[in-house]
Amino acid sequence: MFSLESLTTIVHIWLNKTFQPNLALLLEFVIVGVLAITLFAVLGLVLVLMERKVAAWIQIRLGPNRVGPKGMLQSLADTVKLMMKEGLTPDGADKFLFNLAPYIVMISAMMVLAPIGFAKGFQIWDINIGVLYVSAISSVSVIGILMAGWSSNNKYSLLGAMRSGAQMVSYELSVGLSILSIIVLTGSLSLNDIVLSQQNGWWIFKAHIPALISFVIFIIAVTAETNRAPFDLSEAESELTAGFHTEYSGMKFALFFLAEYINIFIVCAIGATLFFGGWMPLHIGSWEGFNHIMDYIPSSIWFFGKTFFLIFLIKV
Amino acid sequence: MKTMVEEIGKTVEGDLIINVGPQHPATHGVLHLVITLNGETIKNVEPHLGYIHRSIEKMCESLSYRQFIYSTSRMDYLSAHINNHACSMVVEKALQIEVPARAQVIRVLMDELTRIASHELWWGAMAMDLGAFTPFFHAFRERETINDIMEETCGARLTMNYNVPGGVMADLHPNFVTRVKNFLKLYKLKIHEYDELVTGNIIFQNRMKGVGFLSAEDAISYGVTGPAARGSGVSCDVRKHFPYEIYEQLQFDEILETAGDSFARYMVRLREMNESIKIIEQLIDMIPEGDFQAKTKAVLKLPKGEFFQSVETARGELGVYIVSEGGTTPYRIKFRSPGFSNLSALNHMATGEKLGDLIASMGTLDLVIPDIDR
Repeated sequence: MFSLESLTTIVHIWLNKTFQPNLALLLEFVIVGVLAITLFAVLGLVLVLMERKVAAWIQIRLGPNRVGPKGMLQSLADTVKLMMKEGLTPDGADKFLFNLAPYIVMISAMMVLAPIGFAKGFQIWDINIGVLYVSAISSVSVIGILMAGWSSNNKYSLLGAMRSGAQMVSYELSVGLSILSIIVLTGSLSLNDIVLSQQNGWWIFKAHIPALISFVIFIIAVTAETNRAPFDLSEAESELTAGFHTEYSGMKFALFFLAEYINIFIVCAIGATLFFGGWMPLHIGSWEGFNHIMDYIPSSIWFFGKTFFLIFLIKV
Repeated sequence: MKTMVEEIGKTVEGDLIINVGPQHPATHGVLHLVITLNGETIKNVEPHLGYIHRSIEKMCESLSYRQFIYSTSRMDYLSAHINNHACSMVVEKALQIEVPARAQVIRVLMDELTRIASHELWWGAMAMDLGAFTPFFHAFRERETINDIMEETCGARLTMNYNVPGGVMADLHPNFVTRVKNFLKLYKLKIHEYDELVTGNIIFQNRMKGVGFLSAEDAISYGVTGPAARGSGVSCDVRKHFPYEIYEQLQFDEILETAGDSFARYMVRLREMNESIKIIEQLIDMIPEGDFQAKTKAVLKLPKGEFFQSVETARGELGVYIVSEGGTTPYRIKFRSPGFSNLSALNHMATGEKLGDLIASMGTLDLVIPDIDR
């Protein structure tokens, strides 16, 4: 039901018919890349606005309400502001590494997107070691952060980067172990297989206590890994001003900022895939009628609904 | 004066010197801490003062005894009313002016309201230092009510300037009693949120307990006063030991905690707010009728001699010392501000701890920088 596979197949066949195979492949890359970047930009804007609105609601204030209807365009205005700003490079900084660092963080965040299934039949790359790939690539961003902290020639940045590195490495372990329990249950590392294995019930319900425990560990560890409060040691506003990105300004700062939110989205997407069945609708064992009704809700809505639920859980 | 380069040259290899401040979110003002770090462990904290020195003591020497009170609002701006109170009392003591009963009650009521407002702000800022942003807004909700009360009666929200030698400047606003009662109601409705949000929070407790330890002996030897000393078990409440105005007749406890760590200091302040509420409740229904200001001469001339009066501000003991030559202006004036002595204990408290713990210790000292520099 509502599979996007036919659409992707049509595009694939049409491209292959019209162009040479190599060119067709290249074009597919470009299309996927453009889609991914668009998704990132939109996600970044939406997540920032969401966080500000929810935080305002908790903190008994109004939040952004000036730009656009109900402040909806606030993050757009912020982006424009950041793009107009001068990108300063400090005098004593290692210019090459300083400018490279935000891109490493950003690119590693984008690469993790590949094996995630956004909807039925809509997965960029169904790699057979999906989970391993995700944890490997997401660790690369540590290098970018350490690079940023070191090259800024700022003691606050250095301390923040070191903290961030130590924290990510140590929590990576618990994330890995909690993911492992689902892999053991599924018997596959491919994210597509993991989603399909939850056809008759999500793991969080099917696997009872083991899944529940690993889910709790996953949520806590992932909060730490994305450097969100109360694990925001690397940014620790009150101690280190802004941690590793103290010296960054303008668009380079925006890249770090965006990467942080994209990372949140990605870890939540992974969590949704592993524990809540990714794009798989809510199915209960042998309740055929119920399962059919649930199938009428498009799979992409299921996926994004679960992911945003987890984002809410992590942020609040 | 030592330059930064000289200081760096003197350190052991492997040490890292970072400058927290003068512009830094954790110092709540322009305090400059030169911190020697080994990794994340603090080896030494050296506060550099003077960034907001306005020479208030010297300025007071050229102001008359009616005027100098106003400049003291700018010292510890969070308990401006209590500063004014201390100054008025020195002048009254020297001239032996009898303050009417109504004025005394009004002064004490305002003092305690100021104390609550100050502790509210501290509570929000403290939680923000430890990374929690939400409590700040909750604290400001209640503090705003107090500020509104102040605005209505004193005409200002922060630098009240309500005390004059011989009483208070104007009578209470007709709405005062109702508004204070509304505030008491609101406060009792919301105070449990403070415990739910922060006090009972396990992350918060872990960051506070056993951090920034200050023993009773050290607290005394550094001259630490106020809630910071009472957290170490030193009984030092001026309102109890050297009662002024009508504090003698009031029922309230001096809050003491014995642990001496940041959490003890935190608990002292939180419980002190309840004591202040108690005092307000005792007084609000029996504000005596009568004058709000004693009749005084137009030009005040203090007799030759030395005069001293100390009060308990929200941060500790504030002493005002005046040397008079018999003229219309003081010959010399000296303020013993609580923040200065409290800050002096910071190095002792923070050495050997982590950088994050320094922020917690500093937060519980409740430093107001203009009070330290004057």
